[in-house]
Amino acid sequence: MIKVENVSFTYPSGVNALKSVSIEISDGEFVAIMGENGAGKTTLVKQFNGLLKPGEGDVYVDGRNTRDLSVAELSKDVGLVFQNADHQLFCETVEDEIAFGLRNFGFSNRVNKKRVKWALTLLDLQEYRKISPFMLSGGERKRVALASVLAWKPRVIILDEPTVGQDQSQKERLLQFVRQLNTQGNTVILVTHDIEFVAECDPRVVLMSHGRIVADGPAKKILTNPKLIKKTSLILPQITQLFFKLADLGFPKDVISICEAKKLINDFVARRS
Amino acid sequence: MKAFEGLRFKRTSSFIHQLDPRVKFVLSCVVFILAIMFTELLPLTILLSVQLPLVYLAHVHKEWLSSLRSSLILATMIFLTNLIVGYVSSEFQLTSSVLTYSSSMTLRFVTLVASFSIFFLTTSPDDLGLALEQSHFPYEFAFAFTTAVRFVPVLANEAQMIIDAQKSRGLELEKGNFLKRIRNYLPILIPLIVNAIRRSLELAEAMESRAFGAKEHRTNLFALKIKMNDVLVLIVTLTILAFSIYIRLYVQIPIVEIPTFQIT
Ligand SMILES: Nc1ncnc2c1ncn2[C@@H]1O[C@H](COP(=O)(O)OP(=O)(O)O)[C@@H](O)[C@H]1O
Ligand SMILES: [Mg+2]
Repeated sequence: MIKVENVSFTYPSGVNALKSVSIEISDGEFVAIMGENGAGKTTLVKQFNGLLKPGEGDVYVDGRNTRDLSVAELSKDVGLVFQNADHQLFCETVEDEIAFGLRNFGFSNRVNKKRVKWALTLLDLQEYRKISPFMLSGGERKRVALASVLAWKPRVIILDEPTVGQDQSQKERLLQFVRQLNTQGNTVILVTHDIEFVAECDPRVVLMSHGRIVADGPAKKILTNPKLIKKTSLILPQITQLFFKLADLGFPKDVISICEAKKLINDFVARRS
Repeated sequence: MKAFEGLRFKRTSSFIHQLDPRVKFVLSCVVFILAIMFTELLPLTILLSVQLPLVYLAHVHKEWLSSLRSSLILATMIFLTNLIVGYVSSEFQLTSSVLTYSSSMTLRFVTLVASFSIFFLTTSPDDLGLALEQSHFPYEFAFAFTTAVRFVPVLANEAQMIIDAQKSRGLELEKGNFLKRIRNYLPILIPLIVNAIRRSLELAEAMESRAFGAKEHRTNLFALKIKMNDVLVLIVTLTILAFSIYIRLYVQIPIVEIPTFQIT
């Protein structure tokens, strides 16, 4: 469990990026942290694995104060995958890249081999096993970066802006993958402003703006609140926009998923005919 | 990454900022020459202290101090090397003149850092490029120079992101013995270099698509002009230079020595 208590954080440059933020994330939860550029999302998740320590307030991971632990110790439980894969790939082969974290955490060679194979399969990278990560396409590099963190099976997985620069089919795969991780019992935290992506996931949504949490609740409630969405420079999911326009035909306004939309329209057509 | 802070241009307007970059460059060079000319503690101390008002005028004291702080390691190394060499060559005696010499060598280095830090803190890369161009350097050279200076903060920023990413993968920079620690930096350096190369290729493409090098003579939107203040500063600087040369040649400089306590 991650518990953030009245955390404020100011960068050395003087930017006050978090202002008395409190939030609790339970084991196995699926959370999307959303908000405009510079809202403080990345700053917040960096507190979760100790890259940044709170200026004021406390962050607890499974009851342990992050101030007392190193980034390495925390990262074993809280895996953070950054937006730009090019900021971490450096090994000669994809295999080595995935083994890097495992070696740092001191797993035995036998476990390493097993985990690397597992991660390669998980992200469909077997064929690139012996290839340099620099030879891969952008989407593939991102998958290698993800695999290199998942390999040590952190219980909490944080993905910072995972959909940026991904095409639609890659997003689709990522969506399934993220869901799968969550159903296997992992806590998944998505940092994104891709509202369509979040709408399809239907997680708990935490909205941030100017260093504060301005809303926290189920996606269906938050993503269909035009006032809140506008405040954070987002726009409503397309499905929701459509159902806002269809409201005078008697449709509900809080629709975010295609499945639900299809069902509502089916019912409507059935009633008409 | 703090090491670059002292060289990063700070955009404010002050008397010093508004000086012509060429004049400021002359000023820095004169400090350089003077620092090389004198080996005595007294003139070097004066040389360092006359820079203080300039720092104050330019409102860059915080950055300036941070650049001095980051030069501390090198300064210590210079001091120790001189001390050890002097100690050995004076038949294993820590004489007062060895101590004084080591101190003035260190002070000379700090003075140089201080003066070039003022120059870079108060001169925008654009002005610098213009100055190079108007001093008849080839445009390609001026451009390469300004681009390099401009990308320093970008690189520093990127290095921080890479460090964060690798630490999140369990990398512990401070772990292990000396050799291991150096190896710990590979996961940081490789992505940094690869990204820098990738970015420079992208930059080249972007420049070519904006007709870089299409015409032999390009025109500038802005041109540097020497103003009254520039002339004044130049005159004062050159006077100081002439005066110092006179002192060097004809005046005996009072020797300030650091006393030592003989350990027997
Ligand atoms: N390393 C840093 N140094 C100084 N300021 C920073 C740094 N990183 C982020 N900031 C600032 O902190 C604020 C929050 O940034 P960030 O957490 O990255 O936002 P988000 O991830 O929501 O886009 C922004 O105003 C940003 O400019
Ligand atoms: Mg961010």
